[in-house]
Amino acid sequence: MASTLPPKPTPEHSTATAGGMAEAGHARPRGLMRWLLTTNHKEIGSLYLIFSLTMFFIGGIFALVVRAELFQPGLQLVQPEFFNQMTTMHGLIMVFGAIMPAFVGLANWMVPLQIGAPDMALPRLNNFSFWLLPVAFTLLLSTLLMPGGGPNFGWTFYAPLSTTYAPPSTTFFILSLHIAGISSILGAINIIATILNLRAPGMRMMDMPLFVWTWLITAFLLIAVMPVLAGVITMMLMDINFGTSFFNAAGGGDPVLFQHLFWFFGHPEVYIMILPAFGIVSAIIPTFSRKRLFGYASMVYATAAIAILSFLVWAHHMFVVGLPLVAELFFMYTTMLIAVPTGVKVFNWVATMFRGSISFEPPMLFALAFVVQFTVGGFSGLMLAISPADFQYHDTYFVVAHFHYVLVPGALFAILAGAYYWLPKWTGHYPHLRLSQWHFWLSVIGVNLTFFPMHFSGLAGMPRRIPDYALQFADFNVASSLGAFLFGASQLLFVLVIIKCVRGGEKAPAKAWEGAEDLEWSVPSPAPLHTFETPPDFHPHRQH
Amino acid sequence: MRTLLVWMAGGLASAALTPIALANGWNMPVGVTAVSRDIYSLHMIIFWICVVIGVIVFGAMFYSLFRYRHSRGAKAATFHEHTSVEVIWTAIPLLILVGMAVPATATLKNMYDTSEADLDIMVTGQQWRWRYEYLGEEVAFTSNLGTPREQISGADEKGEHYLLEVDEPLVLPVGQKVRLLLTSDDVIHSWWVPDLAVKQDAIPGFVNENWVRIEEPGIYRGQCAELCGKDHAFMPVVVEAVEQERFDEWLVERKEAAAQEAQGVDREWGMDELMERGEQVYGSVCASCHQPDGTGNPPAFPALAGNQALLDEPERHISTVIDGVSGSAMPAFRNTLNAVEIAAVVTYERNAWGNESGDSVQPSEIAELLEQDE
Repeated sequence: MASTLPPKPTPEHSTATAGGMAEAGHARPRGLMRWLLTTNHKEIGSLYLIFSLTMFFIGGIFALVVRAELFQPGLQLVQPEFFNQMTTMHGLIMVFGAIMPAFVGLANWMVPLQIGAPDMALPRLNNFSFWLLPVAFTLLLSTLLMPGGGPNFGWTFYAPLSTTYAPPSTTFFILSLHIAGISSILGAINIIATILNLRAPGMRMMDMPLFVWTWLITAFLLIAVMPVLAGVITMMLMDINFGTSFFNAAGGGDPVLFQHLFWFFGHPEVYIMILPAFGIVSAIIPTFSRKRLFGYASMVYATAAIAILSFLVWAHHMFVVGLPLVAELFFMYTTMLIAVPTGVKVFNWVATMFRGSISFEPPMLFALAFVVQFTVGGFSGLMLAISPADFQYHDTYFVVAHFHYVLVPGALFAILAGAYYWLPKWTGHYPHLRLSQWHFWLSVIGVNLTFFPMHFSGLAGMPRRIPDYALQFADFNVASSLGAFLFGASQLLFVLVIIKCVRGGEKAPAKAWEGAEDLEWSVPSPAPLHTFETPPDFHPHRQH
Repeated sequence: MRTLLVWMAGGLASAALTPIALANGWNMPVGVTAVSRDIYSLHMIIFWICVVIGVIVFGAMFYSLFRYRHSRGAKAATFHEHTSVEVIWTAIPLLILVGMAVPATATLKNMYDTSEADLDIMVTGQQWRWRYEYLGEEVAFTSNLGTPREQISGADEKGEHYLLEVDEPLVLPVGQKVRLLLTSDDVIHSWWVPDLAVKQDAIPGFVNENWVRIEEPGIYRGQCAELCGKDHAFMPVVVEAVEQERFDEWLVERKEAAAQEAQGVDREWGMDELMERGEQVYGSVCASCHQPDGTGNPPAFPALAGNQALLDEPERHISTVIDGVSGSAMPAFRNTLNAVEIAAVVTYERNAWGNESGDSVQPSEIAELLEQDE
């Protein structure tokens, strides 16, 4: 199909012109309208990134409320009702509002630049999928002010706590999640259409940078599972408002069905939040090792393998709900299998560094920290896969430590690495070196001080999602709370770095990093609003 | 270079911390059952596998970072594939995993074998307490958080077993295979005692099975592990494991106490008696939602103090306590409280915190209602 739609954009036919804001003589809307109406992938990418950073701070404040309450045993600052709303909103905002939009923002900016496309394939859809997000999250946050409070049933919103026993605002929560889900599906369709149709002439699939590959696979995951989420929340909506009993045992429904549906969405969702991170790190490590990525093909296959396996492991979140023995064994084995392709990735990164010529610019620092910390999260994941042991780990702080290691020092660090890596391309300036290093080191210390002790408190028996705890967990919680505040505060440095970088700083050339090879480094820094209006001359340097 | 040294120091520090991690209170408890020991050893095996892989991978990584520094003039090699190496590092982890799956499968099969139990206990989760029923023994009771509110709010000093103490523990005999049948009256709970390595969800509409054979007498403490609403942190599990003779004595004592309570149904109760008993029941069963002072937490949990509808309609008040309110968080107490307790708590609610109905409800009236419905 791709061959019938050759990517030959000319200024007249370019998507940017169709959007009504290129050099065709139209007056460019200014101020707010410029951002409301923009169909430019770079501007929409920036909108996504700014939105995600805002949500990151809001979700972060919620996390700090949680950590402040947990600083000491006893109830000091908030009541359990509000505490539960904070843990729930923290999870929802970080997953759907911060991490996912950050990756979509990076994809918007970088996928067209990395494949030599003039823009996303569907620019107006792109505008729509972004502007759904502020609507969705304003609605979600507004539930906190409604009578009975906001969602208080955890980001996994297990029924019937989230249906029969939920606050009245749950209907709004469902609506906001529907809107965010539509945004994700539309974004994913756009990314797939762009990658499959708009690659520079001569760029085969196996020539694409890994960030493009991982996003292509992630987009398919999104299209596959977001409708499942939409289905399950619609069933909740029916149970709450229209008297159905999908999840209500008293009416013949099945509360465990909810968990199967949720995790059939939820586990691929976990990989949606990590696969693009693999792509970012696979760009950065070769650049600063001045050596080609080791095992490009196996990286692609490993990503695909992880994506396929992600549909076969969902019930490992449900080892203690009373699954039959056969199911328990099946999901244990498939989950353990995930360690193999994931291990291949880590080995490939290390082999890329081996006999390279390595330097430690800020993006590389974050990428290296990602490799180590993500692997720690992978190890605890392997431990959690052992179903008998999971009877002890399940629903404890050990699990909290595990998924935060994958998501914060993992996915978030990769996003930060990507931001430092591409800031010169976006702004034309290098990020301030000293500030970046301070940001990195304070983040590493803070994040590990927060999440490492959670392994111990979990093993010692502390359940998750509790506002108050027994005295033997007190020391671990002091450490976690101090770390959380350090980590949170040090992210203000990141904002400072960005502001300084936008305003000025050392000028960056087109090829901002010595070892960088991909197409984005062939356009000027900062990248002009319109790039690759004529397709670039692409010569694959990978000989497969 | 400085950066690297810090990295190396960090790596060494975490390696040095590992033994501390194995010290008491930092690790999974070994527990007091054969299953808990099996699980502990699986946990330690997989942990050490991770440590060894971590040392190798991070060792290679930090070696490369140190040895091939650009600042030291390292020239990058050009290799970027090596099929046999890639096959090897795919195959070896696969073999390790197979080796790990074998003992894990055996342990799991054992954990799932709930046959031939000596004693069956029905465990029912309720917001926010556990109810235990010794099947075939006609002994049943609820187990509520024993920690006083003053300790939670910080008004009093916290005790040794803060939040891990109950008014009535689950008493089990050692050496016997006890089958646990778990369900819930409202939302999903999860019954967990780390020392027994039993964690099983209690799900409305389902009866889950698990089992335990405790080897040593003692008191074992745990908590609800599945978020179940506001007081999820405040529904502990305490198991008291005793020798068989002690357990038999205890069963007899419980049965006698129940018989005595049953006799109380037939006699006339005075207002003061009812109020005293009612306050006790209210504190352990009702106060977590409707608050100790009856002010509730609207809209989910209506106020009882000054509630005119409640004062005007005593029949509806009683039926609400007995049958609950469907579609809301108010559970049916028909099977949880006996006639004396229901009569006492209704009387208390009608006469406490400025509610001055002056009427009292007799246990015999409630007993009649309960019988009618059956």
